[in-house]
Amino acid sequence: MYLRNGPIGLIFHTLFILFILAPLVMVCAVAFTGDGFISLPSNGLSLRWFKAILNNPRFIDAFLFSLGLGFLSASFAIIFAIPSALALARFRFPGREALMAFFLSPLMIPHIVLGLAFLKFFTSIGVAGTYFGLVVAHIIVVIPYALRLVLSSATGLDPSLERAALSLGATPWITFRRIVLPLIMPGVVSGWVIAFITSFDELTMSIFIASPSTTTLPVRIFLHIEDTIDPLVTAVSAALIYMTIIAIFILDRLVGLEKLFVGKGRA
Amino acid sequence: MIKPSQAPWLLSAPALTLYATFLIAPLASVFLISFFNFEFYGGIQVAFTLKNYIEILTDSYYYEVFARTFGVALAVTIACVVLGTAEAYVLSRMRNPWKGLFLMVVLGPLLISVVVRTLGWALLFGSTGLISKSLQSLGLASGPVSLMYTNLGVGIALTHVMVPFMVISVWASLQKINPSTEAAALSLGASQFTVIRRVIVPQVMPGILSGAIMVFAMSASAFATPAIVGGRRLKTVATAAYDEFLNTLNWPLGSALAVLLLIATIIVLISTNRLIERRYGAVFN
Repeated sequence: MYLRNGPIGLIFHTLFILFILAPLVMVCAVAFTGDGFISLPSNGLSLRWFKAILNNPRFIDAFLFSLGLGFLSASFAIIFAIPSALALARFRFPGREALMAFFLSPLMIPHIVLGLAFLKFFTSIGVAGTYFGLVVAHIIVVIPYALRLVLSSATGLDPSLERAALSLGATPWITFRRIVLPLIMPGVVSGWVIAFITSFDELTMSIFIASPSTTTLPVRIFLHIEDTIDPLVTAVSAALIYMTIIAIFILDRLVGLEKLFVGKGRA
Repeated sequence: MIKPSQAPWLLSAPALTLYATFLIAPLASVFLISFFNFEFYGGIQVAFTLKNYIEILTDSYYYEVFARTFGVALAVTIACVVLGTAEAYVLSRMRNPWKGLFLMVVLGPLLISVVVRTLGWALLFGSTGLISKSLQSLGLASGPVSLMYTNLGVGIALTHVMVPFMVISVWASLQKINPSTEAAALSLGASQFTVIRRVIVPQVMPGILSGAIMVFAMSASAFATPAIVGGRRLKTVATAAYDEFLNTLNWPLGSALAVLLLIATIIVLISTNRLIERRYGAVFN
């Protein structure tokens, strides 16, 4: 049976949704201003500041850089996560709980701590400010997200399918590629997606280890806001919001948002 | 031939190696450097001194920074518990397609970078922003009101960033509840408020508490929101550590700040986890 919400519940809900949407709507509205300063569009919508983004290669470059970084770190994270997830899902062994906690531990460490740890460490081994350093740091940060989702689909796997393949003469590699991988594919895909998004959005750690030639989009936007809040940075942010809305609809169709988010929280 | 007892460790070896090299070593080096000495003219000197820790623990400036950080985090946690639990409950009683749509609206912002969401609050909070203008036109304020660079502003913006985590945590607990318990209480004459207080909240308590721990830990170490809304005037531990590292270049002191933040967070996480397990162990398992 269904229980309906009363008027108090619905009023609260309306206010809550307003609270959630207010800052995002504000960014999207201000981005259409025709003025040279922060204001709500007064006489008609102007695309002036969206056009200005195109003349500002710093934001475009940072956007493309973040896409590449997210792609690379999510892919590596998945490659590292799959065998570990299979180990945790398939075997019961002493130290299993500890191993799982260890693999998920980056979720528990504040990104500000990771940021300065990586800066210090990369400086002492001579890879500070390099692309390599940034990618490695991002892989570490997104592995837990990838691992959790792969693990959840690997846990329900029937081990007899694998045994059947092996007994019929398939090599372990063929068994993995033809039997196991297709079965855990939903977890692999959603794990990759959440890893990509986490990497793409990451600011706090990246700000320590990004150099002028390896600046991610969130870092670029943050540094701009620290300097000045103008319609240009608002237009960049609005463009990101629009892209995310499109991505949300696609993701909802592909994997289901709820499933994606259960793996998103920390701690 | 691989022994079955070795298989899980072999499978985990790549990730373990990666973690050992690029997680344990960096964290250890931060811990180490927090005991180093820093001279304004000489830079960082290898030493073993508790100077940085003593400076942080005795300086009233840092006392204020830590008090602000954990005070704001606590306020944000309370706000998220109240708002997030109520919203999760309302959502759970909706029907599709509304349920799905609003769940998407509430959780969608998690996919947008924190910088962008905080920018939205900065636009709303300014003295010429929408909040200031509405308060003035409603006659609630005589002059421009700015929430920028205030604890309240940081708290509101952080609550906005964190509350989706609370909703998803309580939502997951609500899914496990049998709706007939609520119907039974209602049919036996309990008021709606009593049902929420005596039937719903006790059943979703594990979700509320685990969400609260998560929100507290993340708020205490948040960087982007305090940096943008709090600015240079309202330092939190995270923004103070950032300044020591990238502006003053006093890495030992910045590292000591980070180590203390990490320790404080871990203590809070572990002790609340203990407390919850003792009280709600049966519900969790």
